[in-house]
Amino acid sequence: MSTGLIFGLTGLAVFIIGLCGALILVDPLRRLLALKLCSVGASFMLIVAAWNAPPATPDPVPHALVITGIVVMISATAVALALIRRLHTLEQEQND
Amino acid sequence: MVDPLLVFDVALGLAIVMLAVSVLVVRDRFAMIVLVIVFGLMSALAWVRLAAPDVALAEAAIGTGLTGALLLATWQQVRADPERGPSLPRGVLAANVGLCALILAGLVAAFLATPLGTAGLGGAVADNLANSGVDHPVTAVLLNFRAYDTLMEVVVLLVAIITVWMIDRGIVQAPGPALGDIHRSFARLVLPVMMIIGAYLLWAGASAPGGAFQGGAVLAAVGVLLLMTRHYQPQPAHRPLARVVFVLGSASFATVALLVAAGDRVPFEYPADHAKPLILLIEGLVTLSIAATLAALFHGREPEAIRIEEKRS
Repeated sequence: MSTGLIFGLTGLAVFIIGLCGALILVDPLRRLLALKLCSVGASFMLIVAAWNAPPATPDPVPHALVITGIVVMISATAVALALIRRLHTLEQEQND
Repeated sequence: MVDPLLVFDVALGLAIVMLAVSVLVVRDRFAMIVLVIVFGLMSALAWVRLAAPDVALAEAAIGTGLTGALLLATWQQVRADPERGPSLPRGVLAANVGLCALILAGLVAAFLATPLGTAGLGGAVADNLANSGVDHPVTAVLLNFRAYDTLMEVVVLLVAIITVWMIDRGIVQAPGPALGDIHRSFARLVLPVMMIIGAYLLWAGASAPGGAFQGGAVLAAVGVLLLMTRHYQPQPAHRPLARVVFVLGSASFATVALLVAAGDRVPFEYPADHAKPLILLIEGLVTLSIAATLAALFHGREPEAIRIEEKRS
């Protein structure tokens, strides 16, 4: 057992939980959060791949990729939330 | 004797998985968002354990803090909607679960077949660090060795704010709850400090964990606080300036690349003696863009001429 293996399995579990949630749940807000879990799980896999047992230093390239991924994810989240808000107003107009 | 840190790792890993499950099964949607925020912070802690402090900072500031603020702002508006229950046909449900199982099997096989602890590209980065203009490997990768990725990421942010402004156009939304006097004076107290922390994170990125994205996120939090305490209210007249700031990062990044390419070099192959000033120039402008864009994403609509009557609380 090493730190890398433990968190590798954690990342796998989180990714699959998020994927199942995104495919099974119907509520848009919850589905969006399931995708967020997916992205964090995938980031875990990349960071574990970069990890080396101390005292060796980790590989910085996957770290840079994950930072990029985090920023892309907040962009996607913001757009999805705007769509959710739009759906909400459209449904309200229909019900009025 | 078991290493106590390994016990901690196992506990943290289990906590993260439990939080992920509870996010999807908890009934109350407000609790769901709070759990996602806790989940993000725990992930950041795990990444510190995996020797990835830059990523942990980015996850805590952007992936957890600002994402949480965005989620809560939207929840505030759609909270009246009843949540849609699972209404998938049984066959589709079974097919989806089967698909997930297949992907899981593939991932486990890939994970077990991958040798852990290989040097990867770490050696190549370490060998060329002296020519990159900065002393921190992650910043060197982001702003020099793989600068194309970072340029495209800034463009993605720009596309996001354009899209959100277009989607939200014409929506009349209730103004968010105005924070009271205590919050306003608190904001006056902490905002200068937050500005300094953001600028420091940007400056420190050249030699230590930190950089444009973490610094930009802290400055974006300053913007969010200004918006929430009504110290700053977006006016339609500010739109041109806002657009300029949104584009500033991508434009300066691309301009530097083109200028470097004009001097018989590959784009982003900075001349060695100008590398550090160029990287800091790009990072500074990108930080401004990121901060403005993230704060604008939190605000949602573009400022419009139609003023909504504010409820005086």
